[in-house]
Amino acid sequence: MTKAAALLLAGSLALVACASDEKDSGAGSKGGSDGDLKIGLAFDTGGRGDQSFNDSAVAGVEKAIKDLGGKVQELSPNDDASNRAELLTQLAEAGYNPVIAVGFNYDDVIAEVAPQFPDTTFAQVDGSNADGKKGDNVTGLLFAEEQGSFLAGVAAALKTETNNVGFVGGVQSPLIEKFQAGFQAGAKAVKPDIQVQVQYLSPAGDFSGFGDPQKGKLVAQGMYQNGADIVFHAAGGSGKGVFEAAVEAGKRAIGVDSDQYLTASPDQQAVIMTSMLKRVDNAVENFIKAYAEGDVEGATDIVNDLSTGGVGLATSGGYIDDIADQIKDFEKKILDGDITVPTKP
Amino acid sequence: MTALRRIGTSLAAPALAVVVAVVITTLVILLIGQNPLTALQVLVDFGETPAQQTQAIVVILNRAVPLFLAGLAVSVAFRMGLFNIGVEGQYRMATVIAAGVGAAVVLPAPLHVLLIMVVAMAVGALWAGIVAVLKVTRGVSEVISSIMLNFIALGTASYLLTGPLRGSPEGAAIITTKEIPESGRFPAINGLFDVLGLAQPRGQLFGFLVVAVLVGIAVSVLLKRTRFGFDLRATGLSPSAATASGIDARRMVIKTMLISGAVAGLIGLPDLLGRTHSFGTEFTAGLGFLGIAVALLGRNSPIGIAFAALLFAFLDRAAVPLQFADIPASVVTIIQGTIVLSVVVANEIARQLTRRRAEHSTGQAAPPVQEPAGPAGTRIDARQEAGA
Repeated sequence: MTKAAALLLAGSLALVACASDEKDSGAGSKGGSDGDLKIGLAFDTGGRGDQSFNDSAVAGVEKAIKDLGGKVQELSPNDDASNRAELLTQLAEAGYNPVIAVGFNYDDVIAEVAPQFPDTTFAQVDGSNADGKKGDNVTGLLFAEEQGSFLAGVAAALKTETNNVGFVGGVQSPLIEKFQAGFQAGAKAVKPDIQVQVQYLSPAGDFSGFGDPQKGKLVAQGMYQNGADIVFHAAGGSGKGVFEAAVEAGKRAIGVDSDQYLTASPDQQAVIMTSMLKRVDNAVENFIKAYAEGDVEGATDIVNDLSTGGVGLATSGGYIDDIADQIKDFEKKILDGDITVPTKP
Repeated sequence: MTALRRIGTSLAAPALAVVVAVVITTLVILLIGQNPLTALQVLVDFGETPAQQTQAIVVILNRAVPLFLAGLAVSVAFRMGLFNIGVEGQYRMATVIAAGVGAAVVLPAPLHVLLIMVVAMAVGALWAGIVAVLKVTRGVSEVISSIMLNFIALGTASYLLTGPLRGSPEGAAIITTKEIPESGRFPAINGLFDVLGLAQPRGQLFGFLVVAVLVGIAVSVLLKRTRFGFDLRATGLSPSAATASGIDARRMVIKTMLISGAVAGLIGLPDLLGRTHSFGTEFTAGLGFLGIAVALLGRNSPIGIAFAALLFAFLDRAAVPLQFADIPASVVTIIQGTIVLSVVVANEIARQLTRRRAEHSTGQAAPPVQEPAGPAGTRIDARQEAGA
């Protein structure tokens, strides 16, 4: 066996030695928006097809390409996401510009890679670079998730008949805690005595909570059995399980990130009351357009909140049309600064 | 003649496995409407410039080091017929505590690194020791207890990270332990490229590579050249025969699991000491399970595991360039999975052929089989666990 492996490896190394170098090179046109746009998009775990923020980022890039022309190279990390740095480096090396990293997990990696490519413009969805520590060429695309979640809490509190709602978080990380904090605050703002059940699918450091529909379903079932009639999830792919539980229990659920009503099956559409929108697509599209016009400063954050339409509630299905005015009121209070939504529960 | 024949059969199995894996992967790539030749070309194309090519080598070696250690940890227990599925939890606990200790103390450079390594090995050994104690005192299957301890390790590591060992500021998206100071880091060995007259890559080659090689040699010597290693292999081949010849099986279980756990404790250190310098929520997970696959592929011998780790790392490297060629990176996972499965099947076939031939030529009962790693049934289970 060992000898065979040795032979195999020797063989492959020999192949390497005479490997052809006819692969097309993109290193020719580096930096600047003089030619066609070459956008690099590095996904977070889950990659394309998560029906969540990775897909939303793709939608943003596609809209930008439709208006400006150009092309995109998408890259997903491997299963344990140990090659994130390689994704960004190889995109930058191949001349892709701007390079957009999706997810806060790129925090350390982008700080390591971006300074090596000063001519490339980077953006990171969900990652802050207000202090410029990640380099002058990195822009953070942030969202006020707590504000959107606050409105989701308001809607849930207005609609609940049992005075009991639930929150299912994917992974107990500071980002998801923003969703929880906003949701709780919103629910309590309408009904101070409301009971909000909170549960996370996995602890910090274990990302399985974003991709475990079975567990999402179990947890949501528990919440419905404990009297909740509306459950809000911020659990990525695990949210499918929450919807299934809602269908089986005949109760309702609130989606997250994108308008999940639009991608759900008909029986699930009946239970998805609304979705807390996080417009990653708009943020990405706007960033690319700003880049094309040469308006990207770097070392800043672009915060997408209620005032910019970066977060909000979806109205598909018309389940919250009757409380639209009350939601508007709360929205106005946040915009006017009468309500400051907490970011930590 | 027999030696030649033995080499022949031991070569036939993996060769068959690779052929089967290549055929299956080719079919899969054809099914998704891509060109298998393009995929092959991407696999072996390390880049145009010398710096890119050495960088590819760095990526492969840096990936292979933890995989090798993981495979080694699994194999030590395997050789005795013990199934240590808990490597995942062992290295997680070891890494988080080693990171905490490393950040808390100040020592001269070599001692600092040594302390972190000793702590990691001790924690890994202790965590594996729980499994061993449960097995010898209560007869709990190590498969069950080590799987369960993985979950406990995950939760405990998370508690330690978010609680007592938290070093990142409030509100930071990635929670990490405090940074290990300069003296506790393992220097890169990029000088190697200068010595060999190769271009300097942009990345850093883990200095921990040297430690991994030394650990590999140590384990190899321990297994093949010591009384302990003989006892261990004998117990693995036939527990009853070993007991009859005076080997204390219980003591062997505990010692073996402690060694396996100690090696497992090192898995996270290449990354911790060479790159991240802190343990965080995005620290690479899952290496313990990959280690099972690597150990199976390497047939539990340190050299075999080294090649298996390199092969896995070589395939992993292609994950990024494959996407540039519009081929999904999952192809890599498919190749790895089919290779391991085919190797397991091919080993079994080769084993039975050898046995049949032996029976045929001598007319006697089969001689003990070389390097069995637990019953065949458990091997298949291993792959399922690894894939789960």
